Amino acid sequence: MNGLSIQGLSMRFELPNGGHVQALQDVSIDLKQGELLSVLGPSGCGKTTLLNIVAGFLAQTDGKLILNGHEIAGPDAERGMVFQAGALFEWMSVRDNVSFGPRMAGKKKADYMGNVDHLLDVVGLQDFKEKMVYELSGGMQQRVALARCLANDPDVILMDEPLGALDALTREKMQSLVLKLWKETGKTIILITHSVEEALLLGERLIVMAPRPGRIHKEYNLPFAELGVHADLREVKKHPDFGTKRDEILNMIWDMEEEIMGRTGEDA
Amino acid sequence: MAGTVNLVCTRERLGEVVSQLRAVTIPEGQTLEAGFTPPSGCEVASTWEIISFQFGTLFSELWTETGNVLLGALNAVPYLAGYVGMVLLFMVFWRAIKTLLTPTRDYTSLKTVTFGDESAVRSETAASILSVGLIFVIWCSFTGSILIPKFMHLPAPFVGQETFTYTAQDADGNRDDATVRVDVLKAGEDSINAEVDAGDGFAKNDAVEITVYRSEIVAWDSNDDVTRRDDGARIVAINGQEFEFDSSLRDDEGNLTQTPPTFDIGFANVAVTDRGTLNVSPNQGWQMQPLYLPAPEAVWFRFIEVAKYGYQNVYLTVHLGFSLFRVIVGFMLGAAIGIPLGYAMGLSNWFRGWFDPIVEFMRPVPPLALIPLVIIWFGIGEVGKIFLLFLAALWIMAIAARAGVSGVRITKVHAAYSLGASKWQILRHVIIPNSLPEIFTGARVAMGVCWGTVVAAELVAAEEGIGKMITTASKFQSTDIILMGVIIIGVVGFGIDMLMRMAERRLVPWKGKG
Repeated sequence: MNGLSIQGLSMRFELPNGGHVQALQDVSIDLKQGELLSVLGPSGCGKTTLLNIVAGFLAQTDGKLILNGHEIAGPDAERGMVFQAGALFEWMSVRDNVSFGPRMAGKKKADYMGNVDHLLDVVGLQDFKEKMVYELSGGMQQRVALARCLANDPDVILMDEPLGALDALTREKMQSLVLKLWKETGKTIILITHSVEEALLLGERLIVMAPRPGRIHKEYNLPFAELGVHADLREVKKHPDFGTKRDEILNMIWDMEEEIMGRTGEDA
Repeated sequence: MAGTVNLVCTRERLGEVVSQLRAVTIPEGQTLEAGFTPPSGCEVASTWEIISFQFGTLFSELWTETGNVLLGALNAVPYLAGYVGMVLLFMVFWRAIKTLLTPTRDYTSLKTVTFGDESAVRSETAASILSVGLIFVIWCSFTGSILIPKFMHLPAPFVGQETFTYTAQDADGNRDDATVRVDVLKAGEDSINAEVDAGDGFAKNDAVEITVYRSEIVAWDSNDDVTRRDDGARIVAINGQEFEFDSSLRDDEGNLTQTPPTFDIGFANVAVTDRGTLNVSPNQGWQMQPLYLPAPEAVWFRFIEVAKYGYQNVYLTVHLGFSLFRVIVGFMLGAAIGIPLGYAMGLSNWFRGWFDPIVEFMRPVPPLALIPLVIIWFGIGEVGKIFLLFLAALWIMAIAARAGVSGVRITKVHAAYSLGASKWQILRHVIIPNSLPEIFTGARVAMGVCWGTVVAAELVAAEEGIGKMITTASKFQSTDIILMGVIIIGVVGFGIDMLMRMAERRLVPWKGKG
């Protein structure tokens, strides 16, 4: 079966003081090839832990991860990752950053250079190929990060708040770019975000997670990503369903945060 | 130690009771319990007495030293205050001048908050020039240098010819005047051997030659018709100023009953000695003797001379070359071992655990403290010195490399793994480039420490080297060579740091931009 299957994933680790943290409890998600899933939740709900386990940086204590029929163990080029910031290599030019994956795989320059140049064109950096990454703005750096990930042609792209550090205007442009790339490449994408709007706009499917222990609280299937591929995202936001969904999820997360505050209040 | 005991001994010295702690060996066949009697005035000390005695002595000595240090510091306060006053005065002047000049209007100059905004504080070039210039001028005026006009010199020591008169009186009360010609000669100047006309009367004229900064005793009666010893003659006036002092008036113990007088006669001080002769000390002025501080031009000419012909049969290039050779080889070896060691400590639990105690213990040990050990182990040859510098660089480079590895953002490593890089590729393409800025900082520190250490090591023992040159010079009191050596050491150290900074800008342009 093609796609990513997360089955009964749990993550529980011990603390130095003898206590323990149940970061994730029985999380199961099935993603078909080419699906775009956004994951939303209050801080401490385990969404980054989930992503790190899928990426192979952390080992789960229970459950299974199956990608295209084989079990996941450790990081691999089949699962590309886009970080919030600071993951580019400052000592390399934009082009060298984007071609990092193919170069490490030992491919011939002639085989990957065309694709690298094409991807830089797609993300709008055709004029910045020879620049050093520290000479670029934050938005441009995230474009490089996207292109670098795509140049490696992974099966799944994992995004850990990739637009979180950008200003509102740049963020909107980048959201369109993510949708465009998703549609063009047909990659399976898991996107973690803090922003309810972003989760609604980009998520073909949306999972809201609840904290303590981290678990899936609610799941939605949404039409907005498909709409956004063809229309202006501002138009999509005017869709009547968008507002109601947004308020519903905001209230949901608000209540979770209240509950956390209340609980810590009692502890104190 | 077996057979040794501590005694507290009390005795009287100069009317004061002093006590002393002494370690004494118990004689063969005796023990503390049987047979051993402490010498008179001594008692076996208890542990408490030993501790309290040691700390008591220590603290009383330290207390005295603290007093000395504070007194020295207190003496320096007026000079420091004067210097700061001069700095402020120049500042006021420069500000006044600056408002008359066309002001610069770049962004920083438009900031109104500069007090507290470090980024708005720029080094004032005029202040730097004045500061260096002032040091130079002070140096010149204290040494009477030819590089600045005469009126800027501090009063120079008296050099030249002068005279004064003395009035002698014989046992019968007869008086006669005589003139003393004083020639103060520059150091190294040839003797004049002045002949003076004896003059009339029983007191004859004298002549005396004195080298600058020295003083001379005038036995005024050696050529006179009456003498102190045989005729009871004595001086009763200098330049007509009469005084009451007779060196033959002594009490039972032979001490003088009158205080010998001293006269300021303008170009010199004339003091009557205990024996009735005259001690002539020409004015020394405010300038410093070349022994303490040679003039800048003297240092410069010495530099030219040493650069051309060497010092003590070793050329300056050889001195400097050996010092640099030691530093570079020692640093290279230290870096060659230290950097991989640091990487290993940053990448592996086992290596971190294994080397942490060694590195953390050796790091605070100053390399200078190892010099005696290194001399015992390796002698005074090159191996020992390079070993010392190797150690100095090793720990610094290891710690810099370790810090470089821990400074890698984990997202970069994760990203590289997700892009399919192997461990070796991550080391080569992520960890090493990312740690280069830290390694360069470490290398600059290590080079500085190595340069300081090599000079100190050469001070202790070496055949050649810039430090060796100045120790040798100090033994011959060649202050100009010492000063020259110090300036060369400073310039070379500064040059090394500049080169490292240039290399850093060139090789690590991404520093601080991650």
